[in-house]
Amino acid sequence: MNKILIIAQREFLSRVQKKTFLLTTIGIPVLIFVFYAMIIYFSVKTTDNFQIAVLDQPNLFNGKLADDDADIVFSFVQNETASSLKQKVDTGKLDAYVIIPKTFDLATIKDSLQIVSKKSIGIMTRQKIQHTISSAIEEKKLLTGLSISKNQLDSLQRSNEIKFASTEGKNDSDVKAGISYGVGFGSGFLIYIILFIYGSMVMRGVMEEKTNRIAEVIISSVKPFQLMMGKITGIGLVGLVQFLIWIVLVIGLQLLLPLIFPDMLHQMQAQPMQPGIAGAANVAQESGAMAGIMSGIGLINWPLILGCFVFYFLGGYFLYSALFAAVGSAVNEDAQDAQSLMLPITMPIIFAMVIMTKAVNDPNSSLAVFGSLFPLTSPIVMMARVAHGIPEGVTVIQLLLSMLFLVLGFIATTWLAAKIYRTGILMYGKKPTLKTLWQWAIRKS
Amino acid sequence: MPSILQLQNLQKYFATQKAVDDISFNIEQGSIFGLLGPNGAGKTTLIRMITGIFYPDSGSITFDGKPFNGLNDAIQIGYMPEERGLYKKMKIGDQALYLAQLKGLSRAEAMEKIKYWFKRLEMESWWNKKVEDLSKGMSQKLQFVTTVLHEPKLIILDEPFSGLDPLNANLIKDEIYGLAKRGSTIIFSTHRMEQVEEICDHIVLINLGRKILDGTVQEVKQQFKENKFSIKFSQKPESIDNAVFQVLQQKDNALTVKINDGHSSNDVLQYFLNQQLNIESFNEILPSLNEIFIGLVENTSATARAFQTIS
Repeated sequence: MNKILIIAQREFLSRVQKKTFLLTTIGIPVLIFVFYAMIIYFSVKTTDNFQIAVLDQPNLFNGKLADDDADIVFSFVQNETASSLKQKVDTGKLDAYVIIPKTFDLATIKDSLQIVSKKSIGIMTRQKIQHTISSAIEEKKLLTGLSISKNQLDSLQRSNEIKFASTEGKNDSDVKAGISYGVGFGSGFLIYIILFIYGSMVMRGVMEEKTNRIAEVIISSVKPFQLMMGKITGIGLVGLVQFLIWIVLVIGLQLLLPLIFPDMLHQMQAQPMQPGIAGAANVAQESGAMAGIMSGIGLINWPLILGCFVFYFLGGYFLYSALFAAVGSAVNEDAQDAQSLMLPITMPIIFAMVIMTKAVNDPNSSLAVFGSLFPLTSPIVMMARVAHGIPEGVTVIQLLLSMLFLVLGFIATTWLAAKIYRTGILMYGKKPTLKTLWQWAIRKS
Repeated sequence: MPSILQLQNLQKYFATQKAVDDISFNIEQGSIFGLLGPNGAGKTTLIRMITGIFYPDSGSITFDGKPFNGLNDAIQIGYMPEERGLYKKMKIGDQALYLAQLKGLSRAEAMEKIKYWFKRLEMESWWNKKVEDLSKGMSQKLQFVTTVLHEPKLIILDEPFSGLDPLNANLIKDEIYGLAKRGSTIIFSTHRMEQVEEICDHIVLINLGRKILDGTVQEVKQQFKENKFSIKFSQKPESIDNAVFQVLQQKDNALTVKINDGHSSNDVLQYFLNQQLNIESFNEILPSLNEIFIGLVENTSATARAFQTIS
């Protein structure tokens, strides 16, 4: 036991002390964050006081056209021509102009309006302009074309709320379902990634020891099983630490976000998600949705999710990394040999991913139940079900059974893998086939 | 001297071949023991059973008077495999510390012994270097230190001098003698027969998984001597014709002769004395281990590679 710890310690320290570890652990999230921040910044950024001239020849808007935030100033002009407006835009007096021709017909949808600018307009500004003009046109159409009164229009724009509830009488909000979906998919996908990243890290470590021929020196001091478990434990710890740092970084950077872009969140909230929906009620709905998301996040059972995540992360990792170690021990220098032997390991992981995408939508389908109990797929699939909560997504009995099966599965795969490992780590020369690996695994010791 | 290691009827079969087929021998404590054999003879398998990496299919290993237990006795054994292995990216000091701790030494003990050995072999300045920065000979030295630093009772060295310059080879050789003097037993596996003749007290030759020779170097040489003598005279001898011996080679005033059965070396001397020849020297020619080795292994189905002869 003590020797497993010595080995795990080396595996852990030799990885954590590398410069590349710091680079990937801290660098990558920061890089992704900066990348997203820039995208958000440039797309959200609106040019303050965006001057747009409207030459409204049929007097469609009665000189009334206003953006909700008043970031965009629509100025109605007369006695101008296309060329004089173009000149003003070119010289920078105006940011853009739009001409509504006399022949513009509300009834047909053949005509289009063209916003002309010198510089390319940012996405958010575009959407605001589009939204403002198209909702003005829509309102005009309803009021004049269909002769609906202003009151009727207002009541039309306020839709009735439709809610879902579970038989337990709990309020099963849309938002919560959406968040459960997101959390389930996200955490399942994360475990999928973890299995691949750290599993192949274990495999490469084993291959390194074998090709370096240090395995023989070490195996004369410790049992092959101790060497394998030490390596798996050490790399598992690296994974845990890496995730911890990532979580801290993500939370930290999120808190930092409003400081960097003080009014960005406000703008994002104010943005209509679907341009084209009638205007006035929108802003109220949007802020309602944000509050809904906040309360939805509150509805999720976070301790359960986090607890399950850590359990399935470790369970799945230990189960699969033993198999990855067995493959690593069987192949020689050639990394390509590993590919074909890895297939039986990667197939169930990918299969689990497929079941998981179904299970987040329908956590109680028979496929989802099977996938969340079968130990080779449960680490990924169960996360999708747990996110929907107990007992809506998964019953307590199923969850406990799944955990029990995972532990049993871990013991079984580790036992088989250790036997392959013990033979493979000292075997040089011919590349073994899956059949020989199986023979090593089931051979009596 | 008591035996440190007793092998009795050891057998290890792999799917396709008998790697070790009924081998027994004893190794005395404090001796330097040569384990010889062509490639594929089963030496590595035998060593792996002695180091606890493999379990024998049948037979028994007695280590230090007790049945051998690979894990508990690991601290008493130091093994340097022929294929050297070290972590390339690891610092040399950390590496030695790690391997010593795996043997079962505490950190403090390990540290103390590493410092002692590094000082002894003039490696102190290497501590923070990485293995990938070392030359082949230097990493060989490091490997030797990691093998012996816990001062095990049994040290198994597979080709310990390959890649070492004569100075460093002598340094290691002296350490081997020193370790043997302090009571360690050394199993020495090599193809370099002149080193075996120089260093080993006792040898065992295995071929095709079986032991074909066992004894001290002198015993083995006596066993395989062909009654050859070299004689040197002060002048060139006349034509020689007699029943006592055959002339194998004549070079000016030196002769190589083979004594026929039923005669002794004194008969040869008698003959030449009777011839009134002035004898300057008379030596028995013992076969070299190299010749014995080739003679025994050749013409067996072993796929032996040619052994290096160093002139």
